[in-house]
Amino acid sequence: MVWVNQDKTAIVGVGATPYYPRGQSHPRTINEMVGTAILAACEDAGLSVRDIDGFAYYSSAQAGYTDKMDTASLMEMLGIPEIGFTAALTSGGGGSAGAAGLATAAIMNGDATHVVTVMALQQRKQRLGTVFGAVKPDPENSFLQPSGLVGPGHLMSVLVRRHMHLYGTRREAFAEIVISQRENALNRPTAMRRTPLTLDEYMESPMLADPLCRLDFCLETDGAVAFITTTSERARDLKQKPVYIHGSVHGGSRKWGRAFAWMGMPDPDFASSGHKPVADRLWAQSGVKPSDIDVALIYDHFSAMVLMQLEDYGFCEKGEGGAFVESGAIRYKGGSLPLNTHGGQLSEAYIIGATHIREAVEQLRGDAINQVDDAKLALVTGGPASLPVSGMVLRGEG
Amino acid sequence: MSEPVSEMIPGERIAITTDTWTEPFWQAAKDGRLTACQCTDCGTFRMPPTPFCPNCQSQNTDWPTLPGTATVFSFAVCSRSPYPDLPDFTYVPVVVDLDGAPGARLVSNLVGIAPSKVEIGMAVQCDFNPIQDGWMLPIFRPLD
Repeated sequence: MVWVNQDKTAIVGVGATPYYPRGQSHPRTINEMVGTAILAACEDAGLSVRDIDGFAYYSSAQAGYTDKMDTASLMEMLGIPEIGFTAALTSGGGGSAGAAGLATAAIMNGDATHVVTVMALQQRKQRLGTVFGAVKPDPENSFLQPSGLVGPGHLMSVLVRRHMHLYGTRREAFAEIVISQRENALNRPTAMRRTPLTLDEYMESPMLADPLCRLDFCLETDGAVAFITTTSERARDLKQKPVYIHGSVHGGSRKWGRAFAWMGMPDPDFASSGHKPVADRLWAQSGVKPSDIDVALIYDHFSAMVLMQLEDYGFCEKGEGGAFVESGAIRYKGGSLPLNTHGGQLSEAYIIGATHIREAVEQLRGDAINQVDDAKLALVTGGPASLPVSGMVLRGEG
Repeated sequence: MSEPVSEMIPGERIAITTDTWTEPFWQAAKDGRLTACQCTDCGTFRMPPTPFCPNCQSQNTDWPTLPGTATVFSFAVCSRSPYPDLPDFTYVPVVVDLDGAPGARLVSNLVGIAPSKVEIGMAVQCDFNPIQDGWMLPIFRPLD
């Protein structure tokens, strides 16, 4: 059954700061970057910032992992007169593709009309790569931290090992994800990594948590991205071609749960992205099937987790993600599923999923740098992470 | 260059904290005993220990002494120091299925083995690493 709110809301504006290498956004403050992104999104939409009347965050309204966004502070800073909605999806980056669903809930409930979602990240005090190692022990993480799995990549390497063991997945498959996304970044001024990458170079990259090497890890960057969701009716009066929210779901099952912060997942969930229940619900909600998708913006904090999402979203069978990507299927040029056409978090910048939404909007407006011909439907995902994970289908007018 | 053998993480760098529900696990470890949290009413194991059985919601718990053997479910090989001020060393984080406690896993380290010899499915044996504040951390060695 197709969602009652399908296409009733749309993303009408996207804005961002420049992307910076880790720590280099200083002396800009985190709220300054948030404000810059929101103002740019308003400008893009043809709205005044005074029109904003709702906030729909993800990642528990955190800005990265050490800073916090606060709606009242942002209203005071930007001169937003009144709001009718302010809420966040819980946990971390897994909710990035679900925040537009939260915005839709606000709008369709009549609480707000112009809802902003924003993510900002500044890694001056603590880099994300070793964030867990720096966390003070608590009773729950005392069962995890002493193992020396100091960052998200270390934790996920254990899932990846299991996938290789069960399905014969090869490092060549992870290399193909990294190399194809690097190709997509070469011509992008916003991208951090713009030099071509060979398979040999990939294989020589140092192992940080074997089976994952440095090039399997996403970038550590600073920056902010904001987007504005409103009613489709309102969207048609604004500056840009509307990008409709065709489906947006978040959640997941207890079998995945706290995921790599827990490691209790049974097979086949352990060597997965945890997205299967969300993917099934997204396809049912949107009435779309994997073969309808023109461009996929798949959350790529670690290369191998892209492969597991492709399985969970049904682009290939479980266990066949390696063969699928090694066939060239995800290439922008010549692939059946152009993937992370912006270079993704591996080669462009990592703003906790928000760059994927920006790229999806550009693709569906028809003004992306690596434009997919005739793109009408985009898939955006958030996570794998502790629940929720999320997925969204956006539709352009083509 | 010969392959390094996986090391223990220096115990003086490791701190844990406990709460009402996790403390029995750590107290047992202090006594050199590997245990896991088991529901008294339905027998379901849960790790880490939590205030309710996720199967029957009971709060009654048992802490049986486990054989101390386990099976490697998955692992990573790390060759960089987790502490910026310590030189690099090789360590092997493992996820193990605990024998005698179906469904219960521990995230730990496998020590005393060349990384190329580690395999999913291999049998390992619990040992203990003294850490801060007098606690003992369960770690694993290859089963003889």
